[in-house]
Amino acid sequence: MNNEKRENSFRSNGWRTASYIYLAVMLVLLYSPVVIMIRFSFNDSRTNVVWQGFTTKYYDKLFHDANLWHIFFVTLFIAVMVTLIGTVVGTLGAVGFSKTRFPGSRLIEDFIYFPLVLPEIVLGIALLLLFNFNGIRLGIPTIIIGDTTLVLPYVFVTVKARLSGMDPSIEEASIDLGANRMYTFFHITLPAIMPGVISGAFMSFSLVLDELILTSFLADAATVTLPMKIYSMIKRGITPEINALTTIIFLVVTAGVVVYLVSSEMVERKQRRVEERRGEAAE
Amino acid sequence: MEKNNIKKQKHSKRETASRIIMCGPITVWTVLFIVLPVALLVFMSFLTKGSLGRIEYRFTLKNYAEIFNPAYLNVLKESVLIAFWTTLVTILLGYPLAMVMSKLRKKTSGIVAIAIMLPLWVSGLIITYSLVIMLNSSGTVNSFLMGLGIIKHPLQLLYNSFAVIVGMVYMFMPFAVLPMYSSIEKLDPAVIEASEDLGASPARTFFKVQLPLTSPGIFAAIILTFIPCIGYYMIADMLGGGKSMLIGNLIYRQFTVSRNWPFGAALSVVLAAIILIMVRIYTSRGGSMDDLA
Repeated sequence: MNNEKRENSFRSNGWRTASYIYLAVMLVLLYSPVVIMIRFSFNDSRTNVVWQGFTTKYYDKLFHDANLWHIFFVTLFIAVMVTLIGTVVGTLGAVGFSKTRFPGSRLIEDFIYFPLVLPEIVLGIALLLLFNFNGIRLGIPTIIIGDTTLVLPYVFVTVKARLSGMDPSIEEASIDLGANRMYTFFHITLPAIMPGVISGAFMSFSLVLDELILTSFLADAATVTLPMKIYSMIKRGITPEINALTTIIFLVVTAGVVVYLVSSEMVERKQRRVEERRGEAAE
Repeated sequence: MEKNNIKKQKHSKRETASRIIMCGPITVWTVLFIVLPVALLVFMSFLTKGSLGRIEYRFTLKNYAEIFNPAYLNVLKESVLIAFWTTLVTILLGYPLAMVMSKLRKKTSGIVAIAIMLPLWVSGLIITYSLVIMLNSSGTVNSFLMGLGIIKHPLQLLYNSFAVIVGMVYMFMPFAVLPMYSSIEKLDPAVIEASEDLGASPARTFFKVQLPLTSPGIFAAIILTFIPCIGYYMIADMLGGGKSMLIGNLIYRQFTVSRNWPFGAALSVVLAAIILIMVRIYTSRGGSMDDLA
């Protein structure tokens, strides 16, 4: 896109000012809940009303809460497992379905998309019924199954989008030159779709870390994840401990997002440079 | 051609194996954990509720008939109304935002898009919770308005439909902005210029040219807002304070407090059917499922 043209695309200076003000107001509105939460997590008062002085005592308390650490590691374990299974199954599926049609494959593809539009509560209940009918005990494995079902379409879609931008002749060339399917997949296809795979994995991970509805339907009484814990804390009333806990989560995930974006930007730049050089060499 | 065919035959066995490895896992997973559970849900909705929440294997249509009970129809009406208002507010606030973004430089608009998504990306639960702090009777919004002298007594902002709609808009607007942004982005500026050169006023150009041309993005945004809105029970639970009962809350209750699983299943089937019909309309009008992820 032509940047110069875009820069001048405001109808007039008045429009430009109005646009910027609107943008600023929206951002302030979107961020004010977060800012207020962070501020009160340092407030030396049990109520979230007036500012009484700076304290980090709620953070100290959280760091020494063994139960909370346990919940944190359970949540992390579930998120890692779901991301691994979801990314592998979803990526393989996206590649497979882009090449193969078999009887009923259209229908299966429709069903893969189901969790995108089905309310989580419906999916949660349906899975609960499945486990119940088969006498499967609820626990961490059932949570992993449920959350994976939820993230699969996200991986599927992001990888599929990447595949559609790929030139199929590259893979054909690899096979014609005698490489087998496996070699071609790992050395040609996978590197080409890697950005899609990574963003699918990233989406899955952040979805699962925040997943509450499905998880609470599929958890037994002994299993608690971080969102479940926060939810039950909130239902008992607002306390500075929740502010501190959610502030930590917010800052950690924000840092993760920034690192992810910067690194993917760098990878893309590198790829572009390599391609440019290749183009020059070809000339 | 012939050479190709021989090659194809040679590869065909391996080809089949590799395709099974690729399509197999996701197919099995989908059948086991999506098709089967949904089938069970439909099955359950025709069973009879026994005593003490037990289920009797007797076919009945009573669960579906029960939905027409005025009390439950009211819940359905309330859910659709809240989803409607949320969608309306989301589009009215989000479309101008998407327009502003499309006017920025590409890089800047990318950063703005991430900035808009970030809080939700981190945790929708946390945002909803922060709204509880803000809308509290002694919360930030009330003390701000009272400090300015606009109001004398704190307004009841929390635990009503207003709070639920505010929470829903916060939750879904960032996602709704993106499809609108990308359809405005694709709009050819020459079309707008042509309309203006031919003497149309800016307002006329907007309503007669830009809006119709970007309607696919608006439609995707509506789907992205309205659908999750009807089923989401957490926000109604936290910001509505149990006073505003939505269909999601009603379903949730059937599986927890009331222990009437068949009725809960029937409600779920109806909810899923409403949503699938909407998605059907969306895709038949050229909408892509991939845009909903």
